[in-house]
Amino acid sequence: MAERGMGLDIAELEMMAKRCRRNIVRMVYGIGAGHPGGSLSAIDMLTGLYGHRLRVDTNDSTWANRDRFIMSKGHASPGVYSILHERGFLSESDLWTYRKLGGRCQGHVDMKWCPGVDFSAGSLGMGLSFGIGCALAATLDGSDRTAWVMLGDGELQEGQIWEGVMAAVHHEIGNLNVIVDRNGIQNDDFCETQMRMFDVAEKFAAFGWAVMEIDGHDMQQVVNAIDWADQVTDGPACIVMHTIKGKGVSYMENNPKFHGAAPSEAQFNLAMEELA
Amino acid sequence: MSAPSGGGASRDGYGAALLEMVGDDRVVVLEADLGKSTKSCLFRAEKPSHTVSLGIAEQNMMLVAAGLSTSGYVPFASTFAIFTERGFEQVRNGIARPNIVVHLCGSHGGIHTGTDGSSAQSIEDLAIYRTLPNMTVMHPCDDISAKALTLALRQHERPSYMRTARNKVQRAYTEESAAQLQIGKGYVHRTGDDVAIIACGVLLNEALDAAESLSQQGIEATVVDMHTIKPLDTELIVDLAKRCGAIVTAEDHSIIGGLGGAVSECIVSEHPVPVERIGVQDRFGESGGSDELLEMLHMKANDISKAAQRAISRR
Repeated sequence: MAERGMGLDIAELEMMAKRCRRNIVRMVYGIGAGHPGGSLSAIDMLTGLYGHRLRVDTNDSTWANRDRFIMSKGHASPGVYSILHERGFLSESDLWTYRKLGGRCQGHVDMKWCPGVDFSAGSLGMGLSFGIGCALAATLDGSDRTAWVMLGDGELQEGQIWEGVMAAVHHEIGNLNVIVDRNGIQNDDFCETQMRMFDVAEKFAAFGWAVMEIDGHDMQQVVNAIDWADQVTDGPACIVMHTIKGKGVSYMENNPKFHGAAPSEAQFNLAMEELA
Repeated sequence: MSAPSGGGASRDGYGAALLEMVGDDRVVVLEADLGKSTKSCLFRAEKPSHTVSLGIAEQNMMLVAAGLSTSGYVPFASTFAIFTERGFEQVRNGIARPNIVVHLCGSHGGIHTGTDGSSAQSIEDLAIYRTLPNMTVMHPCDDISAKALTLALRQHERPSYMRTARNKVQRAYTEESAAQLQIGKGYVHRTGDDVAIIACGVLLNEALDAAESLSQQGIEATVVDMHTIKPLDTELIVDLAKRCGAIVTAEDHSIIGGLGGAVSECIVSEHPVPVERIGVQDRFGESGGSDELLEMLHMKANDISKAAQRAISRR
């Protein structure tokens, strides 16, 4: 029987997030490609989830009663791989297979390749629906396991998201929690220029979700929000976390260029200094 | 062998099979507001706890099914064939790619669906799903065979797409003959050495009628119900090519990429012989009665007979 989280306090979680940030940049720099920006914006929450909350079994990644984590914005895979390494699903050498032939760490997170990954992502808009299926199955099983889904804010432009948002409320899915990484940047540019989404929290609330807004880089707020979402059992809960794309690396912060680009050697060295 | 009497629509067979699965708690049924049409409503009435209504939102339905499957359930999701196509990329990336066992049923496929008109008449579904690795693609001809093949899916360890039809047709199977059906194996309804007619869905009856009239002209045809388009029964097809030396395919689907396409690919690679394809000739349908449309689009028994003679003459 696995335990929830890893029993870490806030300072320890913050240290873990910093180690993950370094590995995210290393992975992307190592292969010269990938998505650092959305991994760095999401990593504090990923750390909160795996370090504080998720009940998974490192020795049995397919344990039927594990909590499910669904990374719908599957390009933020370096973030996921870095935290799976911290949790013990991946070795350090696994991390350096990122985007390489035959590697566990495929370009986008893939359940068929990587232990600890519950969903094969890559096309935006699909993870919430998958999470609904996982949550419905848990209810049919009479299990207390939960499904956690992370969505990007640009991803909310996909119509399928709103099909799922409706369905989760219609079916009163209390064992489903969604986190929106509101970093404000998508592939081409700032979300404001591509498709404005205005008040994301208000939109979820209008559909009938319980909603909480937090600073996604404040670990205490992250942990509190996770605990809050757990208490919402009469329907789905949504944490809208305001984040900074590229958080922790000065030249990547709030910079659309680092949605999907690797740093140069000089930039890499600077990042390692900043994340020391 | 004489065809059993009475008529049945393949969608009724799908519904009947679901109903027979109510005792299996692993089975879940997903609907997108068309349960009355696809006949999943029969299961819902008996087991609402295991029936999930997703509203008119097919993309969501595909991935909800995938999530249920990875948690140990066997999902059967249905809507109209044409609306499954709205979720094609969801099926591609969310189901076929990770090889998640979801059974998708698209009803009201083909121009046979009739008066609803071209927007509802999917004539490309078999082709597009066939291109996906891991997918099994089926199109049974009547209610009895649809029921048998749907029941067989419960033990099938790959994702599948089954097209069913709206309208009743004369039954080609009895409970006894349907008990011999296997996914991936064509069923030989009639044997002759002059030409092989490989059909699926509602055109199987037209193929059987064509074989009757050919026989009166001294031409003996083999007629196969190729209910599974993928994996294709290539062993049977190659055997027919060798034995008959001429092949006709018949389907209520575009002649591009469906049964005709699949059989042609096999024949070209394995044992080239003349192939004639009966189906929709790269156009859309329109409103009309099923038989009127089959006639207008040259998909009736006499069209199959003529195609058989063409194939034989090209031998």
